[in-house]
Amino acid sequence: MAAIVLTADNFEKEVLKSDVPVLVDFWAEWCGPCKMLSPVVDRVGENADGFKVGKVNVDDEYDLAERYGISSIPCLIVFKDGKEAKRSVGVIPQDAVEALVKDA
Amino acid sequence: MKDITIIGAGPAGLTAAIYALRSGKSVLLLEAKTYGGQIVNTPEIDNYPAMPHVSGFEFAQKLYEQAASFGAEIFYEAASSIEDRGGIKVVKTTKNNSYESKAVIIATGAKNRPMGIDREEELIGHGVSYCATCDGMFFRRKDVAVFGGGNTAVEDALFLSQYCNKVYVIHRRDQFRADAADVEKLKARENVEFVLDSIVTKLLGDEKLGAVEVTNKKDGSKREINVAGLFVAIGQMPDNGAFANAVELDEKGYVSAGENCRTKTDGIYVAGDCRTKEVRQLTTAAADGAVAALAACANI
Repeated sequence: MAAIVLTADNFEKEVLKSDVPVLVDFWAEWCGPCKMLSPVVDRVGENADGFKVGKVNVDDEYDLAERYGISSIPCLIVFKDGKEAKRSVGVIPQDAVEALVKDA
Repeated sequence: MKDITIIGAGPAGLTAAIYALRSGKSVLLLEAKTYGGQIVNTPEIDNYPAMPHVSGFEFAQKLYEQAASFGAEIFYEAASSIEDRGGIKVVKTTKNNSYESKAVIIATGAKNRPMGIDREEELIGHGVSYCATCDGMFFRRKDVAVFGGGNTAVEDALFLSQYCNKVYVIHRRDQFRADAADVEKLKARENVEFVLDSIVTKLLGDEKLGAVEVTNKKDGSKREINVAGLFVAIGQMPDNGAFANAVELDEKGYVSAGENCRTKTDGIYVAGDCRTKEVRQLTTAAADGAVAALAACANI
């Protein structure tokens, strides 16, 4: 499934009230490492089984980034039952992204 | 079995792949993270011939697509050892795979040097950063520090001084290795304070960074500086420990080889920032990739 574009408006419904875990990628257009990680997250999303994938553009959604204390990107957070369960900062390979969701 | 295993898909490794594939050799590319290497952190490259103003991401993308167009395929696995069996080299990976080939090119690059102090790892993403251009915007109007005195540190401080309330530049010496023009520019910024002859010795704060302790190297005095962010730019280090049995490493861990990129072991070559060399630039990484690949091709 393609990654959901997350905004302040849909974050509660899509992430916090989701009945499956959600892998959220905080990224920005000007961040090179984010753009390297982005297709990796997309691939994980395409094969997603039992979880969802979403992306937060921190420029457009500064309040969301601030709410979750993002100070380094790319930053991946796995939300489970409305709470942060796992967090990873920086570029990681696909299997590490998959493990992050699995271990959440 | 492939002809050549290339370890690392940064500028050196991908260039090596292009040359080897165009010479009709088969190639296995191993990459621990994502292709592109350190250059993806650079917002704008202005010193690569004929490609002014390209972003590091764009450069990496184009280089990858070029290599892929000749048939390069990357396996995302970290190499954990190289075994030299004469005409055959065996590369093992952290996924417990073994790959045989006739030649190996080590192109593992370099990574940011950590400070090596307590809590550094846990505070990454909570105030400690190695990439000012990635993370600077999160510290808008806040007080931050840059640790280092080279080009990256001074460029980072210049960048941050445009957005942050105050930028402390902490440097272990009182002279800068960075370009003089940039240092002069930095000295002219009103919101920049230099903390010289000093190093960061402690990271303070609960869940996120609140202050750093710096120690003056000359008189031993300590000072606490309240900052929300610390940008570490104290240079790079290689990551070749896994290959120490197959090639010679210098005291800093770089693979020993001259400009011909040949290691002490026949059939094992080294290209890019991970090699012992004077100049570590995008151009020299690409050049090494070509030299190592053509040497390997000639030897197979």
